[in-house]
Amino acid sequence: MKPQNSPLAFFGKIEGLAVAAVLVVLYGVFIITAPTVFTGYRIYMSFLQTVPPVLVCALGLTLVITAGEIDLSFPAVVAFSGFIFSWIFKNFDASWAPWVGFVLALAGGALVGYINGLLVARIHVPSIMATLAAQFFWYGATILLSNGLQLNIKEVIDTTVHAIFVGRIGDIVPLQAFWALGLAIFLWFILNRHKFGEEIMFVGDNAEVARVMGINVEATKIKLFTLHGVIAAFAGLLLTLEINVFFPTQGQGFLLPAMASVFVGGTSIAGGLGSVIGTFFGAYIIGSLEAGIVATTISGYWVQVVEGIVMSAAIVLNAAIGEGRISMISDRLRRWGAPVQSNTASEAQRKDAATPK
Amino acid sequence: MPTNDHHSGTNASPPQGGPDVVEPSVQHPAVRMVNIEKYFGLVCALKNINLEVGRNEIVGLIGDNGAGKSTMVKILTGVFPPTRGELYIAGQKVNLRAYNVKRAHAHGVETVYQDRSLGEKQVLWRNFFIGREITLPFGFINVKKEKEIANEIMVNTIGFRGKGITVDSSVRLLSGGERQGVAIGRAMYFEAELIILDEPTAALSLKEVRKVLNFVHKIKDGGKACIYISHDIQDVYEISDRFVIMDRGEIVASIAKKEITLKALDDFLLEYSHGLKDKGES
Repeated sequence: MKPQNSPLAFFGKIEGLAVAAVLVVLYGVFIITAPTVFTGYRIYMSFLQTVPPVLVCALGLTLVITAGEIDLSFPAVVAFSGFIFSWIFKNFDASWAPWVGFVLALAGGALVGYINGLLVARIHVPSIMATLAAQFFWYGATILLSNGLQLNIKEVIDTTVHAIFVGRIGDIVPLQAFWALGLAIFLWFILNRHKFGEEIMFVGDNAEVARVMGINVEATKIKLFTLHGVIAAFAGLLLTLEINVFFPTQGQGFLLPAMASVFVGGTSIAGGLGSVIGTFFGAYIIGSLEAGIVATTISGYWVQVVEGIVMSAAIVLNAAIGEGRISMISDRLRRWGAPVQSNTASEAQRKDAATPK
Repeated sequence: MPTNDHHSGTNASPPQGGPDVVEPSVQHPAVRMVNIEKYFGLVCALKNINLEVGRNEIVGLIGDNGAGKSTMVKILTGVFPPTRGELYIAGQKVNLRAYNVKRAHAHGVETVYQDRSLGEKQVLWRNFFIGREITLPFGFINVKKEKEIANEIMVNTIGFRGKGITVDSSVRLLSGGERQGVAIGRAMYFEAELIILDEPTAALSLKEVRKVLNFVHKIKDGGKACIYISHDIQDVYEISDRFVIMDRGEIVASIAKKEITLKALDDFLLEYSHGLKDKGES
């Protein structure tokens, strides 16, 4: 098992490099196949504007999946936080309204996440069930509170909140891209260099080991879900501020792209290890695919097929460069269809050796 | 027949004073459990547990499944509190209400489990410091320092040299014996008063078992107290200075190694279990 012997091993040494390479190749292909669109800067600015809300959700989700859990409720939080902000902005004509709305929207996300955390950690509801229920509940609650209507907040363009979070640098580069980048850097440090991140990894790796090593597994999960609630609320704010309108179904299309971003980025569903950088590039891959494929002028019916192929390729590439996996995969390919014998044999040997004499 | 007494004086009091016993601490024993009892609802899991483990002493804890070994270990390591009783570590009385895994670590009680000691997918340096990280301000980890110390433990305490394993290697690249070596090295580094080894050799090959036993010898050389739990009587006999035998939540015998041969111990355990069987049948 010496992954360094393989040419692919180099990619495994630097976190996210493989996914970044996939993104570069993808843009390379688009530049060749759709030069008119992809040689100009506008398409890239458009990606920097549309990808960040999904990316922000995916960054938080990376931590949740690293802890061996899942959160399906963040699309509802995107809508819920957007509603809180818009409602306060619409109903209070004061200079503080956008800021208070902003903070309360984040607090709303924290509340949703905290309740998710309590259900998962204290009542031991599997996170897939708890957060699925939460998704229905908070999405429904948002529709109920908003009477199913959208709120137009055109005036938000003139506020500092708008300028700070979704303004344009030099009237061109969307600021939300920098907020998403900043969040990615922050979460990378949390996951890889902070006690909390280490606790997340050990909880996801093996909660029993984490417990006997003195980690408060329940508290870690509650903190994590709360954090993801806040992050999803932030994504909702970026979206609402960008489009200057709240609509009750906003965020509903985020679930699958965000999850795809995490998996394309190399984070395993098994938990224990996660790649924030991978998710960052993964979200741009997912977010660029559709526009890119359409720009190549091939039939629109092909979009999802090509998306599926690119995602699978990225996921297989990530699996291949994992520690010692290359030999394993090539082994499996060689023995395609042959009965697996080696494992059972070594197991029997081990059992034999472990039997007390 | 070895000297034993099912319910009185030898009820785990350490071999003190006698010429034929191991010389434990002159000062306080590493750990002392006094009249510890544990009930789960109405079920009594531990009854009247009095046990001392001296410094520099390895106590082999023997008993069938359900004898109460694991419950006792969990009380010692702070996983859950006893229903009543007292616990002293290095002569200090432990406040059992506030006792938990973190406090147990602070008191110097370390545990090496069969398979619950290390995070499989994590790199080695993280495994050495999980739960008690060396931190910078705001809870950020001092990675450089942790790696330095982890490397020192690996080279000096555990004796990993070469083999292509570094502090940045993931645990899954290690063999079973090496994993236990890491867990034992970690326990020794954190200045444990007491190291509990809970079935550390189960599911290992003979060669790997040998490695683990060598690590356990190092514990003793390091002057630490140790409780060694295993179903393999041969291993327990080789390692331990004293054997404490548990059955149905009670300590039923405490025998110094010098008082008994391996064969006699084996026979004794066999007779004992047969005796109980007869009692149960009658």
